[in-house]
Amino acid sequence: MYKIAVVGSPDTVIGFKALGLDTFPVREAEEARRTLKALTRTEEQNGDEYSIIYMEEALAAELTAEIARFKDRPSPAIILIPGKDGSLGLGRLALESAVERAVGANIL
Amino acid sequence: MPKKAVTPTRMVLNQLKGRLRTASRGHKLLKDKRDEEMRQFMDVVRQNKVLREKVEKGLTEAFAAMSMASAVMSPETLEQSLLYQSRRVELDVSYKNIMSVNVPVYDFRTHSGGDAGTLPYGFAQTSGELDDALTKLYEVFEDMLELAEVEKTMQLLAEDIEKTRRRVNALEYVMIPELQENIRYITMKLAENESSTKVRLMKVKDMVLQDAHNFS
Repeated sequence: MYKIAVVGSPDTVIGFKALGLDTFPVREAEEARRTLKALTRTEEQNGDEYSIIYMEEALAAELTAEIARFKDRPSPAIILIPGKDGSLGLGRLALESAVERAVGANIL
Repeated sequence: MPKKAVTPTRMVLNQLKGRLRTASRGHKLLKDKRDEEMRQFMDVVRQNKVLREKVEKGLTEAFAAMSMASAVMSPETLEQSLLYQSRRVELDVSYKNIMSVNVPVYDFRTHSGGDAGTLPYGFAQTSGELDDALTKLYEVFEDMLELAEVEKTMQLLAEDIEKTRRRVNALEYVMIPELQENIRYITMKLAENESSTKVRLMKVKDMVLQDAHNFS
């Protein structure tokens, strides 16, 4: 079975819990790193697998190396979402870096 | 001069010509693949841009509504009312093939426990603001799912385009020129051998004639 995880500050994730997603409230980047590791490891253990991981931008900013590792894999998809304090523009940056990778130059 | 030592024989020449044909054909095919991938990629990028703006706007609104709700209600009540998960979202992942790149397609089902609507709590102790916030969040969630799909597709396509682009360039700027160079070298060498053989034969003929008839 595939599941969706939301990783972010407690204030951010509480709403998603009501939607029925698995939420992982974390307070700082180190904790987020551990959570991400655990989430991506479960896929080897049993049938359950987190296929989409939504991560708050503010945390993701410090985990770029970890996130980049999953860019070339079909699963899981790690998607950045803005936190409670609004967008940091990191999601857009991810888009631009993908374009740069494919085209060889930033054409946006 | 060729970079690597090639033996200037007809057999090697034929082999090289065959390789050049294959390489040119591969180059043409890969170039077509790259062009089509690029077209698909630009579509996906455009979609991604629109979706991301939509999701970011929607989430900002939902979070604003949420903080309204938490301002009106006490933190304990808020937490309590969201504590119980009445619904579970189950995700179905299938894979779609775009230009031989496998990209995920997400499909989700919501299992609601019992007859609960969108909201997982009773209305007695919660404020209307919370209802509002959750409705907004629910609306934006569908876009978020689509965003996940589109963004992953974009990343995977970008990776494959990079690979294809490198292959095209390697063929175009390294492999094909090298093969052509080698073929030219062998052709020239063979022509040279041929003319030197011819000259040698003429010379021998002259010498033989000289011996036989003692003329010139």
